[in-house]
Amino acid sequence: MTSQPNRLPTNGLIDRSTALSFRFDGKNFLGFKGDTLASALVANGVKLVGRSFKYHRPRGILTAGSEEPNALVELRSGARREPNTKATTAELYEGLEAASQNRWPSLNFDVMSVNQLFAPIFVAGFYYKTFMWPAKFWEAIYEPAIRRAAGLGRAAGVSDPDHYDKAWAHCDVVIAGSGPSGLAAALAAARCGARVILCEEDFALGGRLLADGGTIDGLPAAEWVTRAVAELEAMPDVRIMTRTTLFGVYDGGTYGAIERVNDHLPAPPEHQVRQRLWRIVAKRCVVAAGAIERPIVFAGNDTPGVMMASAMRSYINRYAATPARRIALFTNNEDGWRTAETAIAAGLQVAAVIDARPDVSPAHRSLASKGGFPVLHGSVSSVDGGKNGVRKISVALTGGARAEVEADGLAVSGGWNPAVGLTSYHRGRPKWRDDIAAFVPDGAPPGMVAAGAANGAFGLGACLREGFEAGAAAARDAGRSGSTGSMPVADDEAFSITPLWHVAGKGKAFVDQQHDVTASDVELAQREGFQSVEHLKRYTTLGMATDQGKTSNVAGLAIMAAVSGKSIPETGTTICRPPYVPVAIGAFAGHHRDENFHATRLTPSHHWATEQGAVFVDTGLWKRAQWYPRAGEKDWLESVTREVKAVRSGVGFCDVSTLGKIDVHGPDAGAFLDRVYINAFSSLAVGKARYGLMLREDGIVYDDGTTSRLAEDHYFLTTTTAKAGLVMQHLEFCRQVLFPELDVHLTSVSDQWAQFSIAGPSARKLLQQIVDESEDLSNEGFPFMGAREVKLRGGLKARLFRISFSGELAFEISVPARYGEAMARNLMIAGEPFGVTPYGTEALGVMRIEKGHVAGPELNGTTTAGDLGLGKMMSTKKDFIGRVMAGREALVAPNRQVVVGIKPIDKARRLRSGAHIIPKGETPGPDNDQGYVTSVCFSPVLDQWIGLGLVERGRERIGEIVRAHDPLRGEDYDVELCNPVFYDPDGGRQRG
Amino acid sequence: MRIVCPFCGERELGEFTYLGDAKPQRPAPDAGEDAVYDYVYLRDNIAGVMGEHWYHGGGCRTWLKVTRNTLTHEISAVEPAAGAGAGQVVK
Ligand SMILES: [Zn+2]
Repeated sequence: MTSQPNRLPTNGLIDRSTALSFRFDGKNFLGFKGDTLASALVANGVKLVGRSFKYHRPRGILTAGSEEPNALVELRSGARREPNTKATTAELYEGLEAASQNRWPSLNFDVMSVNQLFAPIFVAGFYYKTFMWPAKFWEAIYEPAIRRAAGLGRAAGVSDPDHYDKAWAHCDVVIAGSGPSGLAAALAAARCGARVILCEEDFALGGRLLADGGTIDGLPAAEWVTRAVAELEAMPDVRIMTRTTLFGVYDGGTYGAIERVNDHLPAPPEHQVRQRLWRIVAKRCVVAAGAIERPIVFAGNDTPGVMMASAMRSYINRYAATPARRIALFTNNEDGWRTAETAIAAGLQVAAVIDARPDVSPAHRSLASKGGFPVLHGSVSSVDGGKNGVRKISVALTGGARAEVEADGLAVSGGWNPAVGLTSYHRGRPKWRDDIAAFVPDGAPPGMVAAGAANGAFGLGACLREGFEAGAAAARDAGRSGSTGSMPVADDEAFSITPLWHVAGKGKAFVDQQHDVTASDVELAQREGFQSVEHLKRYTTLGMATDQGKTSNVAGLAIMAAVSGKSIPETGTTICRPPYVPVAIGAFAGHHRDENFHATRLTPSHHWATEQGAVFVDTGLWKRAQWYPRAGEKDWLESVTREVKAVRSGVGFCDVSTLGKIDVHGPDAGAFLDRVYINAFSSLAVGKARYGLMLREDGIVYDDGTTSRLAEDHYFLTTTTAKAGLVMQHLEFCRQVLFPELDVHLTSVSDQWAQFSIAGPSARKLLQQIVDESEDLSNEGFPFMGAREVKLRGGLKARLFRISFSGELAFEISVPARYGEAMARNLMIAGEPFGVTPYGTEALGVMRIEKGHVAGPELNGTTTAGDLGLGKMMSTKKDFIGRVMAGREALVAPNRQVVVGIKPIDKARRLRSGAHIIPKGETPGPDNDQGYVTSVCFSPVLDQWIGLGLVERGRERIGEIVRAHDPLRGEDYDVELCNPVFYDPDGGRQRG
Repeated sequence: MRIVCPFCGERELGEFTYLGDAKPQRPAPDAGEDAVYDYVYLRDNIAGVMGEHWYHGGGCRTWLKVTRNTLTHEISAVEPAAGAGAGQVVK
């Protein structure tokens, strides 16, 4: 455990009473509460924190914020290991573990740094140039090698153990950033009575005030921040969200924000989430996201110890950690000088200030003479140093002379880029402002406005003013008319800048440090004809790393502009897209993962079926009992076969509540159904059920089901399980849009009724134990396709239908869903004397195939009513959805593939779905493919595998022997085309 | 994107289902195959303002005619379908 050699003895916004131990690359260190990992590393004198992407060059900490390109680490271990985490935003906690990336075997000795020797092959577009040939080498050799050599951290490789939440919030004004502009905006808006949400990505409020201080309303900035926050917190309609980044803006005033709820702890406390994804709906948005200081590109600018000037101030002032003892400053603007002031105030040495501007203010001249350091007019041409940091700085002086400066740290300020991300996300293009040499927002998505540094206003007074005015205007626009009170005031600092982007020199000068893109890569790309900035970006990969070029994009444009002889605004900018910072996929998924990926629907008898030991199958959202295994049964087939035999010889029941159920009410109900079904329903007698088929308007079959007429103006319609929701939507479309003149109303009652099929020769006897003795269930009193309300023993009303999917004497009974489980239990009790057997969806499927009923595999979105053998159902006396298109030539062609029965000639052979039907003697292939097997089962009745298929002219070929060709399973065998109704073809059993 | 449903108020996109161009009118039963073909297959795909069918399946189950700028997603009008809602039957 080392002490903290680079920690200043006093000041800083750290809690010195709470020391925290942490590990970096296996070494133990101490830091304080209030540190980031980066500031704690700085305090401990750690300069080398990673190796670069392509060349494995030693890299240090460049910034103190979310724009960091270099100091990326693997944070945490095991399943929580997260690669590419910015040390500059990772809050320190007790026991933090982090490891540097891109180095092997160690950070100090990295084998891959030999890549630097091969640098010529890693130039712009190297992927395209070097690894194009031979093509097959890409997958086998190039890609794995590149991935090992380049690439960033390692993913955990196991399932994420944490939970993520998603939440909605609504407000009048959402504000991004809590610096002076953001706080002023929040004060103005909240005082007007607006509902305000203030998002701050840092864990502390104040933005640059935390590092740069200043005086506001005559108070030290820190005190003003405390007062402002206290005022905001006292207001009921203000929500301050720290550790929350507003990362995107979406249509209709919806904003995305990621809240890092528990990332500052080793692991989320029990029952708490790690992160929360917010969708914030706001009438107005004030972007007070500040600005990002930009580097100047020169040789060796990636040497550890070269740091943004503002970042150096953050480390010294906010964290009381000194990145260097003897600091040189390279600036092209007034603001950079603050770092010299900070260094002197902290008792550090200033080696020199290298100022690229022609003039330096008298105040700064006197600071230099008091501090005893030279002011050099010129530019840094190269930095001498290595993994242990900066040693010497070469300066090209204005006028041509050269100078050298010895220092262990170099602060760089190339000016400030307003954070234009959020304002540009709707394809907005920022505009160039010469006076600050930066892009500023040029408009913004509806409802959004930028204020303060994000809008190019860099002075403290201007930030407060713009923020306050934007907050007040936003509140007014949101309909709030309270009084804003007085505006906070501060002086404006002078700002002057002489644009400087790139200093020519010998050695690698990095534009994009995260992707290792150099100034010469940009120049090369331009020479090779990549004129558009969008092409430049993709060819060089500039700005495409996880930092999205926050410190590099504008410099890249400027260098491109210089070589092409155009201005920066003429060169243009690339399109900005959200998210502003990386957002974990887990946060977008929220709780919707694993078994919660989608909702789970349980049938009314689910708990009873679970007690029975049922095996369940997922059917859409539903869990359905697939079969009910019994002790001693060796496999599913044995169970299913038993269930089928029990139904066909006695009685069984099955929960069919998953069918879609729709009540159709109104005087025009029959007329309505006539238009949506191919067959007539207005002619259906009250108390009767009828099978109906719906088409899509293009003539293809949409859905089928049984619909009953319970009263003159009341039908009860059922749909397939799969299409339940879609049919409801379709019928509402027909009712509301296509046929508004019909007086009809639709009610979805799928969840209101539990429905059971009771089938088998003893079905009536069983049902008589359930329904009231007064109900006549005889064949005369309640014939096949009857439908009516019945009273159950005990008085409950139920709906009873005499319909059969199994081909046996069968009924379907509907009871209110809350009685579903009781119905299952009662059927078991009442059915005991008849050997009642619950059956699952497999047995249901076997019996429907034995009866030749079509289902999902045949209603596959390509078949017509004719294909299914149901063409005669199409009424010629009325119009219906799909009627005209169903008559098209190709849909009535005689050679269509139609439903037919199929059975193997070898009775012992298992028939498989998907096998293709090929005529005997023909070579299998697309030209001879006449269809395929759609549904198969083992038929207990026929004691062999049987199936249904869609086969060309199938109905004319009953008795023909063809080949079932199954290249997927390597099978080829003879089958016979037969009548699809394998069982009881005249239907005597179901009518009995 | 957010849509102001005339029955439910302003709701978010996830509650709605998109169908498309609201202009084509279902032809009369005797209009012939060509007219129905046009109705079923020919759709405008406007870069700009167009009328579209949206279904509020996550709310009141009303079919809506939404006037939307497909370039900006700006919604300028939302009307219920002619037969939407109880008691709105067109006689
Ligand atoms: Zn609605």
